[in-house]
Amino acid sequence: MVTYIIRRLIWGVFMLAIVSVITFAIFFLVPRLTGATSESLASRYVGRTASAQQVKVAAEKLGFNDPLIVQYGRFAKGIVTGADYDYGPGVERCPAPCFGYSFLTRLPVWPDLLNRLPVTLSLALGAAVLWLIAGVATGVLSALKRGSVFDRAAMGIALAGVSLPIFFTGIVSLVLFSYGRPLAITAPGGSFTPFFDNPAQWAYNLILPWITLAFLYAAGYARLTRSGMLETMNEDYIRTARAKGLAERVVVFKHGLRGALTPILTIFGLDLGLLMGGAVLTESTFSLPGIGKYAIDAITNQDLPKVMGVTLVAAFFVVVANLVVDLLYAVVDPRVRLA
Amino acid sequence: MTAPLDVSGAEYEAAPEAVLDASQAKAIQGRSLGQIAWMRLKRDKVALTGAGVVIFLILVAVFAPLIVGWIGHPPTDFNQDLISSETMAPKDGTGIGWDHLFGVEPVNGRDIFSRIVYGARISLLIAFLATLLSVVIGTVLGVTAGYVGGWVDSVISKAMDVFLAFPILVFAIALAGIVPDSAFGLSGDALRVSLLVFIIGFFNWPYIGRIMRGQTLSLREREFVDAARSLGARGPYIIFREMLPNLVAPILVYSTLLIPSNILFEAALSFLGVGVRPPTPTWGGMLSDAVRFYTIPHFMFFPGMAIFITVLAFNLLGDGLRDALDPRAR
Repeated sequence: MVTYIIRRLIWGVFMLAIVSVITFAIFFLVPRLTGATSESLASRYVGRTASAQQVKVAAEKLGFNDPLIVQYGRFAKGIVTGADYDYGPGVERCPAPCFGYSFLTRLPVWPDLLNRLPVTLSLALGAAVLWLIAGVATGVLSALKRGSVFDRAAMGIALAGVSLPIFFTGIVSLVLFSYGRPLAITAPGGSFTPFFDNPAQWAYNLILPWITLAFLYAAGYARLTRSGMLETMNEDYIRTARAKGLAERVVVFKHGLRGALTPILTIFGLDLGLLMGGAVLTESTFSLPGIGKYAIDAITNQDLPKVMGVTLVAAFFVVVANLVVDLLYAVVDPRVRLA
Repeated sequence: MTAPLDVSGAEYEAAPEAVLDASQAKAIQGRSLGQIAWMRLKRDKVALTGAGVVIFLILVAVFAPLIVGWIGHPPTDFNQDLISSETMAPKDGTGIGWDHLFGVEPVNGRDIFSRIVYGARISLLIAFLATLLSVVIGTVLGVTAGYVGGWVDSVISKAMDVFLAFPILVFAIALAGIVPDSAFGLSGDALRVSLLVFIIGFFNWPYIGRIMRGQTLSLREREFVDAARSLGARGPYIIFREMLPNLVAPILVYSTLLIPSNILFEAALSFLGVGVRPPTPTWGGMLSDAVRFYTIPHFMFFPGMAIFITVLAFNLLGDGLRDALDPRAR
C-alpha cells in the first residue's frame, strides 16, 4: 500500500509538471505562433500609453527575448518561490505561489483566487451532495424496477437532462423562480454570503444554482448507475448471495451496489475536481463571484495572467482529485494495489 | 387406443428436392452483422425519430441560404421598424408571425428564425469536424496502443490519462480567448471555426482512444487474427483488413455519442463569448444575448430549444445504434 501511494504521488507531481508546461505553452507559445512579438507581449504589462521605447525596455527586462526554455524555467520558478516583474518604470512583487500577476489591476492573482475559492467550493460541494444522492438513488431504483413506469419516466427525464445545456436550464430556472415570472422565491443570483457569516443566507443564495447544476449531473449519474447495477445484478456472485438466503436488501446494497459504485466513484472524483477549479458555466449563468466567473471576466478584459492563474489552479484540483480517487480505489478494491 | 397417425396431406408428401432446398434456404438465411443491426434499429421507433430529426437538421444546415431566402430574412439584417423605441422590445411583444416565424430579437430586430437556421450550420459543422478529428486521432493512437503493446502502449495510455484529467473547458476558454482575430493565414469565421474544431477535437480524442485500445486488445487475441497471422499476414494487413472492419461498429456508436457533447461544448464556448464571433449567428451566442432580455422569453426559448432538440436527437440515435450494434450493452 505504501509503495502504491508513493507511486501515485510521483505520478501526481509529474502531472502537475506537464500541466504547467501546457499552460505555459498556451500563454507564451501560442501568442508567438499567432504572430505576437516580444514587444506586443510586453505592451500588455506597461499599458497602452507607453512609448515604443518603454515597451522595448520592458520586453527586454521581462525576458520576452530569452529562449523559451529559459522563460519556462522562470515561469516555473515563480510558482514555487514567487517572482519579481521588473518592467522598467518599477518592480512588481508577486509572492509565492505566483500564479500570475495582473498588470491591469496591479495585483497578484493568487490572493484573488483565494478570495473566490469559497464561492466555487460551496457551489461544487453542495451540488455534489445533491447529485450523488439523487443520481445514485434514481439509478438503483430504475435498475431494480427495470421496464416499470418509474424506470421509463426517470430515464426519459435523465436523457433530457444530459441533453440540456446548464446555461439554458440556469436562465430558465432564474426567470421562473427568481425574477417573479411566476415566482420570486430564490435569490436572483450575483450574491454570495460566506457560510460562517450566515448559513441560512448562504444556502438561500446557492439553492437554485445547486439544484440546476445537480440536475445536470444527477441525470448522467442515474444513467451510469442504472447500467452498472443491471450489469452487476446479473453477476454470478449475486445469485450466490441470494442462494445463501441473504435478505434482498443486503444483496442489493452490500453486494450489488458496491460493485456498481466503483466506476461511479472514479467519475465523481474527476467531476468534483473539475468543478472546484471553476464551475465556469454555472457561475457565469448565475453571476456567482467564483473562480470560473473570474476567468470569464478576465477573458473579456483580455487580462490573461488571471486566466493563467485559474488554468493552473483548475489543473491542480483535477490532479489532486485524481490522486484521491486512485487512493480511495485502492481501499475499495484491493486488486488495484497489486497492479 | 390412440388414433393412427394421419400422414395424408400436402406437407407429408415427398417434395421434389428443388422445393425442399428453397424452403430450407429461406429458413436459415445468413445475415451480416450490419443487416442484423439494421433490423434491430428499424424496430426502435425512438432511435428512428432521432435519426429523422438528425437528417432534417443536416438538411436545414446545408440548405440554410435557400431556406432563409425562401421564408426568412438575412440573419444579420436589422428590422428596426418592428422594435419599439421606448422598451427596445418587439412592438407586439415577440414579432412572431408569417413574416418572422420565430419573431425578432429585441433592440435591432434581427430575424430569429434565420439566425437559428444559420446557427445550425456553425453548430453542426464544428461538432462534425471536431468529432472527425477526435475519431481519427483516437482510432490511430488507440489501435496502435492496443496492437503494438509494450512501451508504446504505456506511453499512449499515460497520455490518455493526462488528457482525460485536464480541465478541458478552462483550457479551451484560455486558448480560444488568446488567439487574435487573424492568425495562421486565416481570419474571421474560418479561423474561429478551425480553432474551435481543433480545441474540441484535440481534447476529446482520449474517449475514443480508450475504447479503441480496449477493442483492439480483445480483437488481437481472437482466432481469426491468429488464423490470418499463421497464413503469413503482416501487421498492416491484419490491422486494416482483419481488425478495422470489426472496429467500425464501436467507431460509429461513439462518434454518434460524441457529436452531441461537442455541440454542447461549442454552444458553451459561444455562450461564454469565446466561440465564433458575432454577428455570425450561433445558438450559444444567441442565448448569451438573451440573458439580458429575460422579460422577452421567446428570445431565449428558440436557441435553447434548438440546442436541446439537436443534442437529444443525436443522443437518441446514438443510444439506439449502441443497442442495435452491441446487444450486450443496455
